[in-house]
Amino acid sequence: MNRLKDSIGGSAAKIFETAIATLREIFDEAAYARFLERAGMASSSKAYAAFRREFEEAKIRRPKCC
Amino acid sequence: MAGFVHNAALVRNAMHKPLRILAWATVALLGAVAVAAVALHRGEPINALWLVMAATCCYALAYRFYSKFIAAKILALDGLRATPAERLENGRDFLVTNKWVVFGHHFAAIAGPGPLVGPVLAAQFGYLPGTMWVLAGAVFAGCVQDFVILLFSVRRDGKSLTEMAKDEIGPVGGFVAYLAVIAILTILLGVVALIVVNALKSSPWATFTIAMTMPVALLMGVYLRRIRPGKVLEVSALGFVLVLTAIWGGQYVSQNPALARVFTFSAPTLAILIMVYGFAASALPVWLLLAPRDYLSTFVKLGTIGLLAVGIVALHPTLHMPALTRFVDGTGPVFAGKIFPFAFITIACGAISGFHALISSGTTPKMIACETETRMVGYGAMMCESAVAIMAIIAACVMEPGVYFAINSPAGIVGQAPATAAATISAWGFPVTAPQMAALAHAVGEQTLYNRTGGAPAFAVGMAHIFSHSLGGETLMALWYHFAIMFEALFILTILDAGTRVARFMVQDALSHVYKPMGRTSWYPSILVTSALIVAMWGYFLWQGVKDPLGGINSLWPLFGISNQLLATVALCVATTIIIKLHRARYAAVTLAPLAWLVAVTFTASWQKIFDASPRVGFLAQARALEAAPATSETARLIFNNRLDAAVTGVLVVMVTLVLFESVREWLGILLGTKEARLKESPFVRTRLAMEEQG
Repeated sequence: MNRLKDSIGGSAAKIFETAIATLREIFDEAAYARFLERAGMASSSKAYAAFRREFEEAKIRRPKCC
Repeated sequence: MAGFVHNAALVRNAMHKPLRILAWATVALLGAVAVAAVALHRGEPINALWLVMAATCCYALAYRFYSKFIAAKILALDGLRATPAERLENGRDFLVTNKWVVFGHHFAAIAGPGPLVGPVLAAQFGYLPGTMWVLAGAVFAGCVQDFVILLFSVRRDGKSLTEMAKDEIGPVGGFVAYLAVIAILTILLGVVALIVVNALKSSPWATFTIAMTMPVALLMGVYLRRIRPGKVLEVSALGFVLVLTAIWGGQYVSQNPALARVFTFSAPTLAILIMVYGFAASALPVWLLLAPRDYLSTFVKLGTIGLLAVGIVALHPTLHMPALTRFVDGTGPVFAGKIFPFAFITIACGAISGFHALISSGTTPKMIACETETRMVGYGAMMCESAVAIMAIIAACVMEPGVYFAINSPAGIVGQAPATAAATISAWGFPVTAPQMAALAHAVGEQTLYNRTGGAPAFAVGMAHIFSHSLGGETLMALWYHFAIMFEALFILTILDAGTRVARFMVQDALSHVYKPMGRTSWYPSILVTSALIVAMWGYFLWQGVKDPLGGINSLWPLFGISNQLLATVALCVATTIIIKLHRARYAAVTLAPLAWLVAVTFTASWQKIFDASPRVGFLAQARALEAAPATSETARLIFNNRLDAAVTGVLVVMVTLVLFESVREWLGILLGTKEARLKESPFVRTRLAMEEQG
């Protein structure tokens, strides 16, 4: 019974983690985290401005469906 | 030990097989019963859950069997082949990503207002044609297109549809695909802008709410930049709360005569404001406004789609629209034309949309970690999009048909005065009264709901109808209505600014071949000229729609549908060519059948839109009718617009005929052995990801 509970709890946690990861990707939070890692910067107003500059060029070329 | 484990798994599998067969047989049986109930039921209204059950079973069966067949027999998905995300990983565009994350990302990119608006408009035929097309179209055409184009792009380092068309079919294919994308973007932007105009005109509450999204977005921008850099989810939730407050506050604006006057605009004024917005969004560095609005729009979009899905299942409303209406004969007031071909171009995104091929060959292929995941992402995400279209059909059909037609019929058909409009619609066999419409308009906080063409107001009334029956009752009807209007308008404005910029980049790329500096995306003269050109192009269609006595949607939505489905034709030509080059011609029917269907639909629709003798259907017939009628100050321009629409339709058809011709020549050459089947795939590289996982 406990194993079943653990298994259900584990699955729920995994689903929640995936949902958050998906939202972070859709809302570009993950892209910002990757940018910080790549640039070796800590999150700051300046770092975010640099990220937006780099990111905008690629993002605005992406079509959005009707 | 490994052998023992393997054998145990085989035994377990064998034991489960009868159970699996039984489970799938049950799903098939339930699906057949539900589809039969939807298709054959006449007379009494049916419950929306029949549509939900039919859709769920069809999607489950199609995914389990049809997509698996395509994956195994035609595409031969290879889990050992490294994807561009792995080989070219750069932490920016190319990135190995969890399959569920890619799925969500892809769905968020393909889901737009199309699957909501198209089915609402097509509901004039009844709930049956739209439902059947959404289910069959998605399963056999739309999902297949998205899936195969995604996989073929993955095998070509994430190349775009235009590049693949050029490589696999020839330069004509590439050029036509490029022109088709520009055409579809232009017409699309004009049509969606018209939908916003029709939703906001003479509505101070809705206009106030949308106006408020600008300061909210600016606030979000400052928060993102200065207070909590990069915390987009957090600030989107905050922005959502602020927008809800604006919706709530809108009722006080509409009740205050002085404030209401400030936020009351006519359709032409709104059209001009939207064109100015589109130009500013494309030409000015306004990310502080646009990026947060984009996030806010996505947040609201995903939330509303989820809410609507839960609402429909939990509240299972009754559909009042009959299965088929008298307008299957082509005399419909929403748009003219018979079921075939017009139902199939009116509903694009929920069944098959050429635009999806751009997404499937855009960002998504660069994120796929393993080839086998393309099935879930490509085929699966399109199934979800199709489910959104089913929800839109339900939202449109829960209304009394008389109310639906009163909202969606242009004044040119039913008359300006409420009593005349109600009498005309009632005479069609769909009873509605002027006091009933006045009460409904009052309940949703509008002055009138007549002649609100475009689909958005009808969807908003349907959605408000569904929710207000359990959540808040009639008192919250107005809030739900304006929430739905805000959701659609915000969504569409985001598409307008993103679409204008994408088209601007494409035109800049093309002009760089004529004059190099024009290709520099940071050169201001180039930005201003190309932005103005793009806005002038879609602005012309918008203006034409605003001034059209038949509401604009009658002319422009079919034009948009034709251009979108023609792009799908190009995508399916590319897919069929690659399948034949892969020496799997015996399975080519998988893409050839939807291609043949789309060619039949789009060519028939184009022919009728240009040459049909009825002025409500044929552009040229309407121009002739206008010439014969007493001239007004508008007549000359209306005649020109109709001829222009006929010419645009003709050019689109000629372009796609060229691609078809080139493709067929390529297929015959390969099949007859006169041409070598040369694929432009990236070379096979064995994945390291699977090996890393194993060892």
